[in-house]
Amino acid sequence: MTETTGPTIFAERAAPLRKQKSTLQRLFEHRLFVTGLVLFALMVIMAVFADWIATHNPVQVRARFRFRAPDMDNFFGTDNFGRDIFTRVVYGARMSILIGFATVTFTAIIGTACGLIAGYFRRVDNVLMRVMDALMAFPTLVLALALAAALGPSAFNIVVALTTVYVPRTARIVRASVLVVRDADYVHAAHAVGASNLRIMLEHILPNSMAPLVVQLTFVFAYAVIAEAVFSFLGVGPPPPTPSWGNIIAEGKDYIREAAWITLFPGIAISMTVLGLNLLGDGLRDVLDPRMNVENR
Amino acid sequence: MGRYIIQRVLSAFPVLLIVTLISFCIMQLVPGDPAVVMAGPQATAVEIERVRVQLGLDQPFLQQLGKWLWGLTQGDLGQSILLGRSVSTAIAERLPTTLTLTVFSFILTLAIGIPFGIIAALKQNTWIDQTVMTVALIGVSLPNFWLALMLIILFSVMLDLLPAGGYVAISQGFWPWFKSLLLPSLSLGLLQMGLLARITRSTMLEILRQDYIRTARAKGLPAFKVVGKHALKNAMIPIVTVIGIIFSLLLTGSVVIETVYSLPGLGRLLATSIFSRDYPVIQGGLLLTASMFVGINLLVDVLYAFLDPRVRYD
Repeated sequence: MTETTGPTIFAERAAPLRKQKSTLQRLFEHRLFVTGLVLFALMVIMAVFADWIATHNPVQVRARFRFRAPDMDNFFGTDNFGRDIFTRVVYGARMSILIGFATVTFTAIIGTACGLIAGYFRRVDNVLMRVMDALMAFPTLVLALALAAALGPSAFNIVVALTTVYVPRTARIVRASVLVVRDADYVHAAHAVGASNLRIMLEHILPNSMAPLVVQLTFVFAYAVIAEAVFSFLGVGPPPPTPSWGNIIAEGKDYIREAAWITLFPGIAISMTVLGLNLLGDGLRDVLDPRMNVENR
Repeated sequence: MGRYIIQRVLSAFPVLLIVTLISFCIMQLVPGDPAVVMAGPQATAVEIERVRVQLGLDQPFLQQLGKWLWGLTQGDLGQSILLGRSVSTAIAERLPTTLTLTVFSFILTLAIGIPFGIIAALKQNTWIDQTVMTVALIGVSLPNFWLALMLIILFSVMLDLLPAGGYVAISQGFWPWFKSLLLPSLSLGLLQMGLLARITRSTMLEILRQDYIRTARAKGLPAFKVVGKHALKNAMIPIVTVIGIIFSLLLTGSVVIETVYSLPGLGRLLATSIFSRDYPVIQGGLLLTASMFVGINLLVDVLYAFLDPRVRYD
């Protein structure tokens, strides 16, 4: 008897443990997350392999082919210069993905640094957060547009402008999670054994704020993609003829009556990218930070 | 309550001060000489000099700042470079259109976003919930200026039902006015509707799980009373907080939407001055929109304290 009951009890206790899935596993079982990942991955692949996917030259002017409706040769039609819209949309992905990645990287580094410093060193907190509050008082795009207008139209300046706008929001999130753990026993213990402030911040406090940070950054990426389009639309985006989703729409808007396809397709590309990123963000939030989603309670 | 309001108002001052400084410093960011940038590529040395003096760029930084701040106290935001009039007049002329559009869009957002959020929460995990949430998610993902263009193609070019742009004053009749605002406020509001529907749904779901809702149901209250009185009242608290964000999004959106529909509002004024680098107008517009936002947030906080007594005694 003892031989059989022992292992049975053991097995029963072990069962829930075995069911515990890794975060990655749970993410890949989240249907919407996977949909988002696929959509976003498609856009990244399009950006990276643009040279192979494109069917024409993105900047070549072909007067004979002006305003062709979508057909087998020009999948998405052609614009007022006879350029192939499909090719331009494929190359346009580069600009959006590049601006998105750059904005997310800078926002993550600067926002995390500001948030950690504000949350950890109480003396700096007040001043730093008042400046952040003031930056957040401006409607996001209006401030970003004004900055881009001052700095001049280029992809890099858009990244600078967007980073300025999204750093305060990111810093706030990091600061909030720092405040939760800064008085935790393990932080005091680290102090006691002589860990440096930098080490405590990076190794003991930062991991705790990773979940909300990652979620926020996916949304920052989505905003950056939309922002590029808005900037180009208002004439302060990356200058033509280099295709970007925003400036294809900006050039096409004068022809919506006779050639709606010029504006239609880049807009669909933007929407799919943003939808993908929103799904990614929602999925990450559900899995990484269940507290933020009430349905899981 | 009174003390809380006073505290909250006082705490807005340092933020407003920094907002003013940031708005002013925008022009200092211009690489090289702002006067050259603004006078345009074909400008002669005399014209550049004229712009420089007009902007006060020939004076030291602190003196410029002092002059601008002194002007502010008199309600003077400086002179526009291109419009040939003062920035405050230009803004005052354009503000009513933007406010009309924003309020119109805001009402639409509330009237559609909240009810659909509630319905989705009540029918959680049914096809109704899934449809509403899918539409909301798509609404959050569409760039609003592109949506505006698509609505023009559909409703003005193809169906010929609504005007493709232009603003009709209400004095010229209610219907023309209403029709001229319908497409702009729809394309401006869809993002906010999606946002609000999603937030309303998740807040409602949380509240419907509370003990006092179960009690209300158990004592036999009709469903509409449970939802309408007990649940909705408490759901309003988090919803009110996002109203500030929604207003800010509407103001931001108006920059693009007014440009697409050629509405003579503040947003279009900002868009054209950003495009043509009319820095005094940009500075004034920044300061005004940010101050409006600070004011709205103040109002939201007070409303919040009014709705939720716990906030007052913090």
